[in-house]
Amino acid sequence: MSLQFVVDGLLTGSMIGLGAIGVTLTYSILRFSNFAHGDFMAWGTYATLAVVSAIGATFGKVAPIAPLSFGWPLIVALVVGMAFTALLALLLDKVLFARLRSQGQAIIVVMASFGASMALRSLLEFTFTSRPTYFSRAIQIAMPVGFGIRITPDQIALLLLTAVLVLGVHLLMTRTQTGRSMQALSQNAALARIVGIDVASVVRVTWVIGGALACVAGVMIGILVQIRPFMGFDMLLPMFAAAILGGIGSIPGAVLGGLIIGLAEAGAVQLIGAEWRAAVSFIILMAVLFVRPIGLFGVRER
Amino acid sequence: MSEIVLDVRDLEAGYEPGVPIVRGASITVKKGEIVVVLGPNGAGKSSFIKAIAGLVPITGGSVFLDGKDITAAPAHTMVRLGLAFVPQTENIFPLMSVEDNLKVACGILERREIPARIEEMYAAFPDLVRQRRTAAGNLSGGQRQMLAVARALIVHPKVLVLDEPSAGLSPKFVSTVFEMLAGIRKSGVTILLVEQNAKAALAIGDRAYVLVEGKDRHEGIAAELWNDPVVAELYLGQRPLGAEKTGHAGKGGTA
Repeated sequence: MSLQFVVDGLLTGSMIGLGAIGVTLTYSILRFSNFAHGDFMAWGTYATLAVVSAIGATFGKVAPIAPLSFGWPLIVALVVGMAFTALLALLLDKVLFARLRSQGQAIIVVMASFGASMALRSLLEFTFTSRPTYFSRAIQIAMPVGFGIRITPDQIALLLLTAVLVLGVHLLMTRTQTGRSMQALSQNAALARIVGIDVASVVRVTWVIGGALACVAGVMIGILVQIRPFMGFDMLLPMFAAAILGGIGSIPGAVLGGLIIGLAEAGAVQLIGAEWRAAVSFIILMAVLFVRPIGLFGVRER
Repeated sequence: MSEIVLDVRDLEAGYEPGVPIVRGASITVKKGEIVVVLGPNGAGKSSFIKAIAGLVPITGGSVFLDGKDITAAPAHTMVRLGLAFVPQTENIFPLMSVEDNLKVACGILERREIPARIEEMYAAFPDLVRQRRTAAGNLSGGQRQMLAVARALIVHPKVLVLDEPSAGLSPKFVSTVFEMLAGIRKSGVTILLVEQNAKAALAIGDRAYVLVEGKDRHEGIAAELWNDPVVAELYLGQRPLGAEKTGHAGKGGTA
């Protein structure tokens, strides 16, 4: 038996976890399940790809930063893509979710997010076709690091990036006035207004964080796997599973949930067979909810 | 007479258009006063005070704070305008620590001022210091009320507005809460409160209004209202408020 599944699982788990942060924030602060979150991932990835291509067309071929498979254009493009995805989320909220939210029926907003998800995905297919594409076709040599584990430089870089981003969001949530306002809003929206919190601005911050992290998760998938219009939609169930597993509203919970599901999936592929991949993570999800319905880091409200 | 801090004129408010709960209520609160709004159940006391705080839509009349028109200002702007509101229930963030409950309310303060201001609140409410890291949801009923009041006071409000601060508290805590409010008034804070517990509220209040069917029907000095037959009639039907004291009690006390 090889421990390679640990690396694979951590990587898949990072992608799921970064996405799940947005899901869990939207759910706890805006109180609805945003099914379009996966499509934010895909849009962010295509936006990043477009910027990479534009930089390539302007500056010619840029050598990758050894030993990584990508150079500065991807890093710049990622930042632009994150901003773009954040704006996309804000725009979608303004034209769609905010109006429906004011009518006070959560299920309508959920359904609207389903519609937005399909529309966004179709637009991507229409524009970029459904054929997979890649940031780089270069093949990286995986380095052996012992215990039968091999890892590529890209994978190490992306794991580090995930760690930094998760830590950053966690500190933002727990140490800053913005984060406290977000917590307050998720616990009691009426009281949040009474203590002087501008709900609209907290909602905007929530979309910006969720959108930007969705873009990073998407680009990770793009670097390590491939870029497809369905790439985000396919992540939707694992992301929701991670958010619920970790406890809705908890940032560390969402990330830990993502890692558990990623590791379980990768372990299942290696130990049982690839066809059990999805089943295993959902069995874990059900088992955890059976024992602890509020999720690992969830807290009973009041 | 001292200056008027809060001036509510002919206020009309309600959740649905055409169904007013508050129907032309007027009150004034002067600087340094404790003003009590009493009234029978369903008189619209709570809606009245929530409308002032921007939480129930206002359909008519006006609210002035320190001479400034704050009628129907959005609820989240009220602390900046100088009005701090303490709701009747769910007035703390249960999953946040006591300290974070205070910090989250400091949005309008200067960043440098916040730590000292929090220490001031701990000095005023020593019970909270030992619990500063405790999740607020684990506090006792009385401590929750203290935290809610501290959270409101932390922004130096011109007027502190409370919706039934004694609701749901055990009798022991009720007296603690009213002693606390009397102490806060001594420090110069102006207070407006709505209260079911008329006896305890009138004991600490300066003036009081009786609200019936959404209108202010009577006004007077708090200490005198307790034995005022008009109040008894408005508030409890025919039975005098002081009935339990004078011996000819009716069907049990509501106060």
